[in-house]
Amino acid sequence: MISIKEIKKTFNQVQVLKGVNLDIAKGESMVIIGGSGTGKSVLLKIILGLIKADSGKVSLEGQTLSDISHEKFLDRFGMLFQGGALFDSLNVWQNISFRLLRGKDRINSKDAREIAEQKLQRVGLKPEIAELFPSELSGGMQKRVGLARAIASNPEIIFFDEPTTGLDPIMATVINELIREIVVEMGATAITITHDMKSVRAIGDKVALIHDGIIQWNGKLTELEKSSNPYLIQFLNGKSKGPIETTR
Amino acid sequence: MKFLLALEIVISGIILKFNYIDLLNMTALKAISFVFGPVGRSTINLLQTIGKILIFIFETLSHCLRPPFYFKEFFSSLFNIGYLSLPVVGLTALFTGGALALQIFSGGARFNAESVVPSIVAIGMVRELGPVLGGLMVAGRVASSIAAEIGTMKVTEQIDALTTLSTHPIKYLTVPRVLATTISLPILVAIGDVIGILGGYLVAINRLDFNGSVYLTNTINFLEIGDITSGLIKASVFGFIVAIMGCYHGQNSNGGAQGVGKATINAVVSSSVLILTANYLLTELFF
Repeated sequence: MISIKEIKKTFNQVQVLKGVNLDIAKGESMVIIGGSGTGKSVLLKIILGLIKADSGKVSLEGQTLSDISHEKFLDRFGMLFQGGALFDSLNVWQNISFRLLRGKDRINSKDAREIAEQKLQRVGLKPEIAELFPSELSGGMQKRVGLARAIASNPEIIFFDEPTTGLDPIMATVINELIREIVVEMGATAITITHDMKSVRAIGDKVALIHDGIIQWNGKLTELEKSSNPYLIQFLNGKSKGPIETTR
Repeated sequence: MKFLLALEIVISGIILKFNYIDLLNMTALKAISFVFGPVGRSTINLLQTIGKILIFIFETLSHCLRPPFYFKEFFSSLFNIGYLSLPVVGLTALFTGGALALQIFSGGARFNAESVVPSIVAIGMVRELGPVLGGLMVAGRVASSIAAEIGTMKVTEQIDALTTLSTHPIKYLTVPRVLATTISLPILVAIGDVIGILGGYLVAINRLDFNGSVYLTNTINFLEIGDITSGLIKASVFGFIVAIMGCYHGQNSNGGAQGVGKATINAVVSSSVLILTANYLLTELFF
């Protein structure tokens, strides 16, 4: 469904992506892992068209971004950002129903609020918080509202950028479980970027390890522990010595 | 300790000597590049920035004409930018008008022309000080606030979130602010002109013993419609500059809180300088 071919990207003479190739099938939950600064988020933004790759192409069911308008392309996506990225000037329900109120299939405010409250309940929050502003919510609640916004228009593909970063272990488990349940329930394709192995095991069907600008390993979750790939072994065990160089 | 100090002096001397020799050994080309390189780089950077701003303006104008239109955001900007700037523009105009009356009276008294106070206050406020000071005050208040708001949205990924929600950031954030500022600044300046003339009137009748009705008659008779329209056209251009600079620097900010702070400073400084430059060019045009 999503095909990534030979994606290359350089920032300030540093080549972050050196030719990334990855295929993600429809309905599959792909988790991309890798250390900090390995270009995971850059890859995600290239797929979404937020950053332009120097070369290579991303296609969605055979269509590239140049074949259709960017807005039409993005209509099929939902995204949960690392920090939530909720709009400060809008309250919770207006954040969740942002696309419903402004997109091509816009609906009236009453229906949009109703959907927003349903989505709030789906992510385990009470509809009473609908009138609150993002600054009045805790980090965990912001993530859940972000998740509710990502699924509000029932997208076919959902991106999760570091969904558990900055959360306590219990809240992280809650978010991981919610993501898994929702993705299965919606039959959506999911792409998650993380370096949290608990998230990997809770969310993923398939896993890809990115390091030094290329995909070093790509396989099913069940094959993860059996792999003899030295990069993967070092990453899974969290060892400082190995092919992944660390600076102290 | 003395030995270490002496050693340090000797080593520094050797390093300095080597640098001096290196400099002498430079080829002519290297020397020219050494001297003119930074100038060239700065010029290229300046031209790149001008190009980026022109592209940003073109994109904004093209989005002004294409649906969807975000009316709610436009009216909200109109309230925040226009209505809430009224106190600062009004107070500036009031005191400027008063000070102008005192200065003109003081200057006019030197060649027995005290009677020009009402007409010069009116023309000074309407053609020059009203739009320029109004524009600068709004630049300080609005360009900084727009740059800080959009800059914060940029560094907290809210702009990326807008894009993923199929909403173009220029259409949603820039167009309503640019339209609101371009429309509201002439209105603010018109109100400011009236308040400025009132400031001059209050000072003239209370401090300079002018007759109130004569003052007002002189003001109204002297002003021409061209004086008012030229001031309002200037204000509209200044409004456009303020919003464009605020939005451009906000959307191009990076590097967290420090980046937002830098964007805010750049927005205020660039809009103030551009207002003063545009003021001279427009004055030449209307002269």
